[in-house]
Amino acid sequence: MNARLRFLLALGVLVLLITGPFLATAGIVLAELHDEAERAAFLATIDRWLPVGGLMTIVALFLGSHLLRLLFKQYVRGLMGMAEHLRVMLGANRDFRVAIEGPPEVQELARAANALAEQRNTLLDDVEARIATASASVAAEKNRLAALMSQLALGVIVCNLDGRILLYNQRARLQFRALAQGAPGLAGGALIGLGRSIFAILERAQIAHVLENIRQRLDKGSAEPVANFITTTRAGQLLRAQMAPVLAAGEGETGKPSISGYVLTIENITKNFEREAQRDQALQSLTDGSRAALGTIRAAVENLISDPAMEAGYRERFVAIIAEEAAGMSERLQRTMNEFADSLKTRWPLEDVLGGDIVAAAQRRIEEKLGLPTKPETLDAGLWIRADSFALIQAIVFLAARLQDHYDIRELRFRLQAEEHMAFIDLIWSGTTVSSETLYTWELEAMNVTGESSPLTLRDVIERHGGEIWYQREKAAHRAFFRFVLPVATQPAAAQESATPVTHGESRPEYYDFDLFTFSDSRIDLDRKLTDLVNAAVNTETTGLEPSAGDEIIQIGAVRALNGRLLRQEAIDQIIDPRIPLKPAGIPIHGITEDMVRGQPTIDVVLPVFHEFCADTVLVAHNAAFDMRFLQLKEARTGLKFDQPVLDTLLLSAVIHPNQESHKLEAIAARLGIDVIGRHTALGDAFVTGEVFLRMIPLLAEQGIHTLREALDAARQTYYARVKY
Amino acid sequence: MAKKILIVDDEPNIVLSLEFMMKREGYEVAVAGDGEAALAQVASFVPDLVLLDVMMPKKSGYEVCQLLRADPARAGLKIVMLTAKGRDSEVAKGMALGADAYVTKPFATRDLVAQVKSLLA
Repeated sequence: MNARLRFLLALGVLVLLITGPFLATAGIVLAELHDEAERAAFLATIDRWLPVGGLMTIVALFLGSHLLRLLFKQYVRGLMGMAEHLRVMLGANRDFRVAIEGPPEVQELARAANALAEQRNTLLDDVEARIATASASVAAEKNRLAALMSQLALGVIVCNLDGRILLYNQRARLQFRALAQGAPGLAGGALIGLGRSIFAILERAQIAHVLENIRQRLDKGSAEPVANFITTTRAGQLLRAQMAPVLAAGEGETGKPSISGYVLTIENITKNFEREAQRDQALQSLTDGSRAALGTIRAAVENLISDPAMEAGYRERFVAIIAEEAAGMSERLQRTMNEFADSLKTRWPLEDVLGGDIVAAAQRRIEEKLGLPTKPETLDAGLWIRADSFALIQAIVFLAARLQDHYDIRELRFRLQAEEHMAFIDLIWSGTTVSSETLYTWELEAMNVTGESSPLTLRDVIERHGGEIWYQREKAAHRAFFRFVLPVATQPAAAQESATPVTHGESRPEYYDFDLFTFSDSRIDLDRKLTDLVNAAVNTETTGLEPSAGDEIIQIGAVRALNGRLLRQEAIDQIIDPRIPLKPAGIPIHGITEDMVRGQPTIDVVLPVFHEFCADTVLVAHNAAFDMRFLQLKEARTGLKFDQPVLDTLLLSAVIHPNQESHKLEAIAARLGIDVIGRHTALGDAFVTGEVFLRMIPLLAEQGIHTLREALDAARQTYYARVKY
Repeated sequence: MAKKILIVDDEPNIVLSLEFMMKREGYEVAVAGDGEAALAQVASFVPDLVLLDVMMPKKSGYEVCQLLRADPARAGLKIVMLTAKGRDSEVAKGMALGADAYVTKPFATRDLVAQVKSLLA
């Protein structure tokens, strides 16, 4: 029986109690009086006093019912509200406290409840501390693995058998970000993400084929069940990938190890390949290009030799041909050398490094090993060179040691500069001059420095770099230097990107989720548990509140959540040019100005990426009808449908807390103990919404709402669901 | 009667040498500067042997060779491919398309003459 019914019943009882005795007494007296006259007199008396009695009864009834209502409100409703608060404490926010209000007894109860909560907090803290200590080492190990992965220069992606991504590292993210289309604010979310399908990037058939390959090798007992393949992406990039199986713990039924997933290491080799192709082309142009000319020259020469008595006209023509072809050949050779200078360099694998880093490392080693003071002179800080840094530093230290041993120099200075495609590293000293033959001898010696020997000579190192070295004097300054000439590298894109700090620094990296090993099939199933849902919290900022009157989206923020965790790295944060003037009234709310929107992509560019971001994902939004209306109005033009299930945190809040007055996002966040930062930016609100939803899941479970279908039904039935845009 | 040789190459410098060599050996010589001219010359000049360059405008040597071999009336025609493309795969292609010999530039004139003589013997 609900509270309202009980209230009505109590009211009925009150009416009976007040009027009942009077009516009963009157009835009994009337029954006892047998004389007509007495009865008439009695009725007359009653008749006379009835208005007074009636009035008294009504007043009593009024006072009584009022008292009853007051008691009901203070005790029953108050207790119901308190119960909701207690549930919040129990489920979502244990630091929440019941407000001390209402009648003294209720206040006392509230105090007792708060005291209990306090005690529970202490206990929970204790338990949590123990658990934290116990799991810290496990977490540290996991984090160390993830940190290791994230620092690898190779893209790593781990998938389960359904192709869901369980782990990826920073490099993989950057590689695929480079492949994604659209503005930078969008790219972070697209293509790669925890729980997303690898098949958005790589061909399903290809993966299946390689996996089958590995399975066969495993069956044959191969010690190295690893497969390599090269594949192209939709954007035409060339990827070299290696697949290694992740074997399930324990053995499969057949006694053979069973595969539970795979590790892909991925390298974008488009650039290498282009370089290779260029080299081929250079070779081709050198060989085939020379053949024809050489053939002509040879034929002419042999004709001249074989026929000494050739008539003068022919002889002149043959000589002219030889001269012409030889000149042409020289020119072609020169052209090829210029054109393919880079590709014709040695094929020793060189890395792109900052020249300054090489110099600094060399300085450190020279000071440590040789005790020779060093000093940087002019250093071009942003200069990247292509080098085998280990061998190069070894060479520099070797030269420093030789100078110290043979010429007794007191200090070595460094200079780093570039001239077009050449980088110069100069080792400068003052005073003693060296004969130029000395360097030639040193070049051919094995590089031995303080007991450390190298199989390489200085010349080897120089050749490996396709570089040069020479000795030069600065007569005016009484100084001399050795100059290393090395190839300049274009600044690698990845290095630029990784320099940007990770904005959402949290203790736990969000690049992995090994729980996904047992998590398959991400298609949206209405009977999927809310706890297993892949969802994206979405928020839009708009020019105004009336989409049908021409208001437009000016910012989209969205963040994915998976396995109860908000993936702050996998977010979209994009300002959009609405192509209409902003309304001055809105600017203080969303803080987006005309300057900020101009030059940003339009909704036509952003929506496809956003749509891809939301694929196979339940959307979560606060007052979702509003955001969805804006998105749906674009359907006709873009052809993109957002038809996945949408959960509204406003409605869900009304489901969980029907007795609370406010269901604004701030109020809910405060109730659930969520720190609100960056409210009223699209992404800030999306973060809050996403967090709110995650905290609501246990509260919904208390009400028997476990699946997506149940949550959608419950939301539909709340009062707020009837408000339409 | 002297045997007839058609020289097909778009580079006049090599054509002069080839022409000189073949004439000195006593052959009757005609010259074509591209693939289409070569086909026309084969019809009008009716050579016994064609020295055929591969890289030419309009029609490549490969195409010309294939077209000539497709004509049963010219089964006796000898074809020597003479090219700057020296990879194994290209040699194989030339031979597969029906060339009697494949000579890569640069070549010894003596060898070429010997090759032509043996084919026309």
